[in-house]
Amino acid sequence: MQNALQIVYLIPLLPLIGFLINGLGRNHLSKTMISFVGCGTVLASFILSIWVFMEVRGGNTHIADYFNFISVGNLKIPFAFQIDQLSSLFLLIITGVGFLIHVYSTSYMHEENTGHFGRYFSYLNLFIFSMLLLVMGANFVIMFIGWEGVGLCSYLLIGYWFKDNDNNKAANKAFIMNRIGDLAFLIAIFWLIAKIGTVSYAEVFSSANLAKLKSTDVTIITLLLFAGAAGKSAQIPLYTWLPDAMAGPTPVSALIHAATMVTAGVYMIARSNLLYSLSQVSMNVVAIIGLATALLAATIAMKQNDIKKILAYSTVSQLGFMFLALGTGAYVAAVFHVMTHAFFKALLFLGSGSVIHAMGGEQDIRNMGGLSKKLKITFITFFIGCIAIAGIPPFSGFFSKDAILLSAFIKSPVLYGIALFTALLTAFYMFRLLFITFSGSFRGTEDQKHHLHESPFAMTVPLIVLAILSIIGGFVGIPEVFMKGGDRLGEFLSPVIKTQTEHSVSHSTEYMLMGLSTSLVVAMIIAAWVMFRNYKAKESSAFGKILENKWYVDELYDSIVVQPLHRFSGFLKSVIETKVVDGLVNGVDKAVNYGSRQFRLLQSGQVGSYVLLMVVSIVLIFVIQFFIRK
Amino acid sequence: MPINYYIFLALALFSIGIAGVLTRRNAIIIFMCIELMLNAVNLLLVAFSKMHHLNNAAVDATAGTDGQLFVFFIMVVAAAEVSVGLSIIVMMYRNIHSVDINFLNRLKH
Repeated sequence: MQNALQIVYLIPLLPLIGFLINGLGRNHLSKTMISFVGCGTVLASFILSIWVFMEVRGGNTHIADYFNFISVGNLKIPFAFQIDQLSSLFLLIITGVGFLIHVYSTSYMHEENTGHFGRYFSYLNLFIFSMLLLVMGANFVIMFIGWEGVGLCSYLLIGYWFKDNDNNKAANKAFIMNRIGDLAFLIAIFWLIAKIGTVSYAEVFSSANLAKLKSTDVTIITLLLFAGAAGKSAQIPLYTWLPDAMAGPTPVSALIHAATMVTAGVYMIARSNLLYSLSQVSMNVVAIIGLATALLAATIAMKQNDIKKILAYSTVSQLGFMFLALGTGAYVAAVFHVMTHAFFKALLFLGSGSVIHAMGGEQDIRNMGGLSKKLKITFITFFIGCIAIAGIPPFSGFFSKDAILLSAFIKSPVLYGIALFTALLTAFYMFRLLFITFSGSFRGTEDQKHHLHESPFAMTVPLIVLAILSIIGGFVGIPEVFMKGGDRLGEFLSPVIKTQTEHSVSHSTEYMLMGLSTSLVVAMIIAAWVMFRNYKAKESSAFGKILENKWYVDELYDSIVVQPLHRFSGFLKSVIETKVVDGLVNGVDKAVNYGSRQFRLLQSGQVGSYVLLMVVSIVLIFVIQFFIRK
Repeated sequence: MPINYYIFLALALFSIGIAGVLTRRNAIIIFMCIELMLNAVNLLLVAFSKMHHLNNAAVDATAGTDGQLFVFFIMVVAAAEVSVGLSIIVMMYRNIHSVDINFLNRLKH
């Protein structure tokens, strides 16, 4: 075997095998065995991914064409994997972070009974498989298969504790809202097929085919793709499912609803960057929606009290940042932020899992406080995660967020202003969370106080690894002002993502922007420290209430979408169902009944009448024959 | 004689038979009418057989003989049928002292 690129099919295949083993054998294997299979397959994929990544760094890209998936008329859709710079980077993130979270889960989920434990790991492996399919596919259809697969796994894992009906509702909500986006994605694929007759990236993004597309077509396709991305990546107006998705186990939130699945939309748009670059309208829509989502979610996060909800809104907000970057043409910055966000947000979620674990299932931060003494490792790693997301140099979040802010500044100072404000809110709510949870005095019950303990190694080691990654993860994309050739990520991705606007700001401006954002962030952290060091629960102001209730968006959707639909189905049930459908069914029944009653009279038992009928019929047949056969 | 005459005669016999079956209630008369219909068919068979033979004798010396064979079959079957039918009528008379078929509507049940 000369080359890792020839065995890339093993990367998604291994988790699939893990899924089959754990799924089928969940009642027969021991927990140790299940953990071993679940983590081992992902670890093997990770090692293969590193190998593949090395090959790609060496300049080898590869399209592995396995078989013809769909062949209709002139349309040929091969089942093919495309291994290039972008997908190999995502492979590393998915399998690497995925592996750490699998390891974490072995300890976090240990109290489940064996059958459910196996079910959990089989879903998790299936998720990794689908996600790998999504990023490895060489055309939009394979991507769509993975896209649906991750949606399914997300649904299954949100509803993992299916005995609580709230979890099932959250799962349904996530699935249905994703469905809206998926429909748009599917229409975009059909549109592409109708216009240029192919869905393979290599062909769609060839200059000949791009030239064939009219600008309105490009705009429509890109907007539809963005609608799909907005569903999966929780952007306005389809973001409300993500906070509810926190009903699932915490490692699931870390893996699916923070690090990987929700960034699929970013991947899709980064993958189609050539298409997006052709439509200024779509770019603006993406940027504005992204920024609006970032701001809205950040404001909501300010007032939430559920530790996972805060992180969920933070995720929505960070995803908004990524879309802002995409919309301003800074695709590399978006991918960069996906990577650093995967590190620090997975870290924060796993840290919150560790806290919840120690608190015996408590998620309300008002009942926590002073945890830093008991949970040292969790506290330190969580602190690192907060610094990283707030964007203090030289932690990873600084570099990626700075790249996004810079591209917003180049685009328009207004975008920059709002984005900077949102970044400050981010720092504020993250440190609010940190201080309320870890500093001050403990506000929970005595029972919880005795129960407090640091989590086992299987949970702390992934935290430490992710913390280290959160610290150093940013060094792959150091801005040019600090170090010549420091932006290694941009260089690496340049074959897939055409470098956009030249840097049009001087170095002094760039330094000034960085200094401004960093000093304001530090100020925010100090403000949070002053306000929440010794947190006491108190009544919020009127505006605070609105934020606590998430701007009443859920209620709004409920009244404009859910309730009318309920009423409509009520109408269908009471009118259409009872009157029309039942009427039709009963009508047929009545007609047959009446008809046969009349028909029965023919059987009189009188031989004479039978014979008469026979003769008349024969005569009739003769007459008909005579007139018809001419 | 032209074939038409035979056809009209057979048609008339057959129609009389049918009319008899339909209108009469006496089982014996109905029986006779059935015989009438059978014989109308026999007559037709013989007539056509003869015509066929005359037309094709030059080609095939035995042309049309199968029609006459059928007539014998029908006669034999009719004779068998008469014996069964008459015995049914006799039994019927013994049981209900009547041969009116309107009494025989038990098939309804």
